[in-house]
Amino acid sequence: MIKITHSAVFVLDQDQALDFYVNKLGFEVNTDVDLGFMRWLTVNAPGQPDRQVLLELPGPPAHDPATAEQVRELLTKGATGFALGIQTDDVHKTYEEWKARGVEFVDQPTERDYGIDCGLRDPFGNNLRLVQPVGGPSSAADPSELARQNG
Amino acid sequence: MSRAVEDQNRRLLRARDAMDRSYAEPLDVPAVARVALMSEAHFIRTFRETFGETPHRYLQRRRVERAMFMLRQTDRSVTEICFDVGFTSLGSFSRTFSAIVGESPSAYRSHSSPEAVPGCFTMVWTRPSSFGEAKVAAVD
Repeated sequence: MIKITHSAVFVLDQDQALDFYVNKLGFEVNTDVDLGFMRWLTVNAPGQPDRQVLLELPGPPAHDPATAEQVRELLTKGATGFALGIQTDDVHKTYEEWKARGVEFVDQPTERDYGIDCGLRDPFGNNLRLVQPVGGPSSAADPSELARQNG
Repeated sequence: MSRAVEDQNRRLLRARDAMDRSYAEPLDVPAVARVALMSEAHFIRTFRETFGETPHRYLQRRRVERAMFMLRQTDRSVTEICFDVGFTSLGSFSRTFSAIVGESPSAYRSHSSPEAVPGCFTMVWTRPSSFGEAKVAAVD
C-alpha cells in the first residue's frame, strides 16, 4: 500500500501562511519545528493528520538567492499551478465563512459535472480550489468516478 | 527591489482574478486597473510585461472561453451567450470570437461536444491562447 502523506506549497512568510491556513481556512498545525537550516512547518485539514501540507519558504539550502527570487516572482504572479484541492460538504457555507474572514476568491461556487466548486488564493498567489463533490464528499475526487459520471 | 516586484505581481494577479471572476459584468480596463491600485497606463504596461498580453486581451479570452463552454454545454442562442459572457454587441462578439478561435460561434458549436474533465481545468486549459499556437482565423 502506498499513499500520499505530504505535499508542499511555497509561501513567502511562514507566520503569515500559518495565520491564513489556520485562522482563516481552519486547518490545524501538524508540525512546527526549527531544524536549524529551516523551519519545518506543516498543516493538515481538521482531523486529517496523515495528509500534511508543508508551508515551504523558497531560499537556502534548496535555492540560491537568485533562484529563490525567481520562485517568489512566479508564485506572486500565480504561475505555480494548482496548489491544493480542498473538499467540503457544504461549499456555499464554507465560501461565506471564508469570505467573511477576508479570503480572496477567484470565482463564486459554480455547478459543474463533478460537483460545485470555486477558486481562491492564499496571500501569496497560490491557486486553491474548494469543491463539494456530486453525491457528497470523497467519491468525485476519484478520476474513474468522474469519467463514469460524464459517461 | 524583489519585494516591490512581488507586491506588484500580487496586485496584478488580484486584478487578473477580478477579470476571471467578473467577466460577465460590464468590466473595463480602468476598473480593473483600480483593483491593482495603478494608473491605467501603468497597469496596461506592467500587466503585459508580467503576463505576456494586455489586460483587454486577457478579458476577451476569458469571455470567449466562457462562450465556448456555453456553446458546447448549453442550448442558449449565440446572441444570449454573447450577452451572458459580458459582450455588449453581437458584432464585436462574433468578430472577437472568430479572431481568437478561428471560426464563428455557430461553426464552433456545430462540431463540438461536452467534455469530461473538471471545469476548473477546462477554464484554464481550453482558454484560447494568444501566444501563437491558435489556429489562424479561417475565412469562411
